[in-house]
Amino acid sequence: MITIKDLFKLVGIIIISACAVFVCALFLNYNIDLRGIEPQITEQTQTLYGALVTTGKVVSAVSGGCLLITSIIMLAFYIKHYIDSHRRQLGILKALGYSNMRISRGFWVFGLSVFVGTGIGFAGAFCLMPTFYSARNDEGYLPMFTPEFHLELFAALVIIPTVFFALLSIFYAHIKMKMPVLELLKGNTVPKIGHVKSGDGLPCLKDMKRATVRGRKSLVFFIGFAVFCYSAMVQMSLGMNKLADEIISLMTIMIGVVLAFTTLFIAVTTIVSSNAVSVSVMRVFGYSTRECSSAVLNGYRPAALVGFVLGTVYQYFLLRIAVNVLFKDVENVPEFDFNVSALVIAAVSFVIIYEAVMYFCSWKISKISVKEIMMDRE
Amino acid sequence: MIKLENVRKSYGVKDNQTEVLKGVSLDIEDGDFAVILGPSGSGKSTLLNVASGLERPDSGKVLYNRENIAVLSDKQLTEFRRKNIGFIFQQYYLLPNLNVDKNVKMGAELASNGNYAEAINALGLSEKRNKFPHELSGGEQQRVSVARALAKMPSALFLDEPTGALDEATGRQVLNYIGKLQGEFEFTVIMVTHNTNIADMAKTVIRMNSGKIIEQYRNSSQKSAYEIGW
Repeated sequence: MITIKDLFKLVGIIIISACAVFVCALFLNYNIDLRGIEPQITEQTQTLYGALVTTGKVVSAVSGGCLLITSIIMLAFYIKHYIDSHRRQLGILKALGYSNMRISRGFWVFGLSVFVGTGIGFAGAFCLMPTFYSARNDEGYLPMFTPEFHLELFAALVIIPTVFFALLSIFYAHIKMKMPVLELLKGNTVPKIGHVKSGDGLPCLKDMKRATVRGRKSLVFFIGFAVFCYSAMVQMSLGMNKLADEIISLMTIMIGVVLAFTTLFIAVTTIVSSNAVSVSVMRVFGYSTRECSSAVLNGYRPAALVGFVLGTVYQYFLLRIAVNVLFKDVENVPEFDFNVSALVIAAVSFVIIYEAVMYFCSWKISKISVKEIMMDRE
Repeated sequence: MIKLENVRKSYGVKDNQTEVLKGVSLDIEDGDFAVILGPSGSGKSTLLNVASGLERPDSGKVLYNRENIAVLSDKQLTEFRRKNIGFIFQQYYLLPNLNVDKNVKMGAELASNGNYAEAINALGLSEKRNKFPHELSGGEQQRVSVARALAKMPSALFLDEPTGALDEATGRQVLNYIGKLQGEFEFTVIMVTHNTNIADMAKTVIRMNSGKIIEQYRNSSQKSAYEIGW
């Protein structure tokens, strides 16, 4: 029932889980190996040793945790979307007598996307480890050590997440499959209605914009979250340039870009596909592609703006607190101030990414085949 | 006047290609009420799509007052539909997140028609203005889609099996509205249907089979929706 083609749509989860495991594997493996040289740590290098261990823990917890939560939300969202868009097929299976559990069991393959992602992330981290290890000790203050493979880390970062996500997929699908078979067979859901009252004088396209946003609040969260992550990560990376090494900065900025682009892309393409029928009706009636895109996509811009502002404020205070806590005993730590140029770079680069994704989706809207959609519904 | 000249349309590629319209030619006068009849797969819906500018033919001409819309770009076709065409589908296709008022307004705004409430009232929907599509019966939804199409003040109204999903009483009611409003505003109606009885409402009847028009005639008199059989 679930094809390989469907799994390709989980590319967002693959990318995010790869990023999460890449960062965590790199820092946790380093920390485990670092523990091996603990007996050789002298009093002079104790502070550096402590700082390295703490940095590893913080980066793994913040980046890994953030990416893990994103992956879970995305997976649940994707399964829901998959079930919503395949209601008829699932309804037919249910009507034929397949039990909810039997149907839900098929969703375990969604866990494969996590396996692929975490596998790539783990392998990638291992390839980079020799360079990373020497960069972390380029002054030679600590004794040299080489990367070791730790089975428990592999299990924790690859095997357990795969099993966890496979079970989560089955569980979530099982919950969603509990709806009555007739409701599934009808193939359409009762929309969540916005409070758009008749006769309030708003142009119809503005109503559409509002209704689209209100009908899919989870996507508002996704878009706001994508921008939040991007803003926070990019500004953190640029703002930390005096405090952290280049590898961490580069990694942070890359994670920010990947997270923002992937989340945004998935959210926006979902908006387009879930509004395909409305868009095709509008196009039949003579609304231009630009008008359709505006009605479907433009309502999410305020969420993006709010995400950006929150991300900026969050990263500033997070870094301030982190600097005060982590480096309170360290001398000659550079002063941490609000980085205006980081803000400008983050804002400009995000506008470019956001508009590129929106442009792609407008193009997708222009390619929606009115006839195919109409035939699909009959 | 809508004129089709030797229109051909195929689907599929190479070995799987099927010719759905095989050189169809047709004249429909302004203000005509034309009904296209035919079995499934006869090409009647494709003819409707091509005639309305939803699809381009592979060859042949589709002339609207001498303008060949078969050669227009996507953008120009959209503009053409915006100015001239109204649609009513079997599945209604109302916008689910907008109430009745807004669904009708969606059509009206394209024609800058500020009096779209007239269309709502004419279809007997004034009490339902604030209802959402899922709160309406099938017949009411179809009446909203008629109001939406008419609020656009089209010069030609295309209907694809408009009563296909309705029971007899509701079907007659919807057809009655369409017939009455067509008589009043004199727009052209082109309707595809399986129901041969509806042909009695038409001025022009076109029968299709296997991608060709096999018969075309004009009725000497038109019956109302409540006079035809079902």
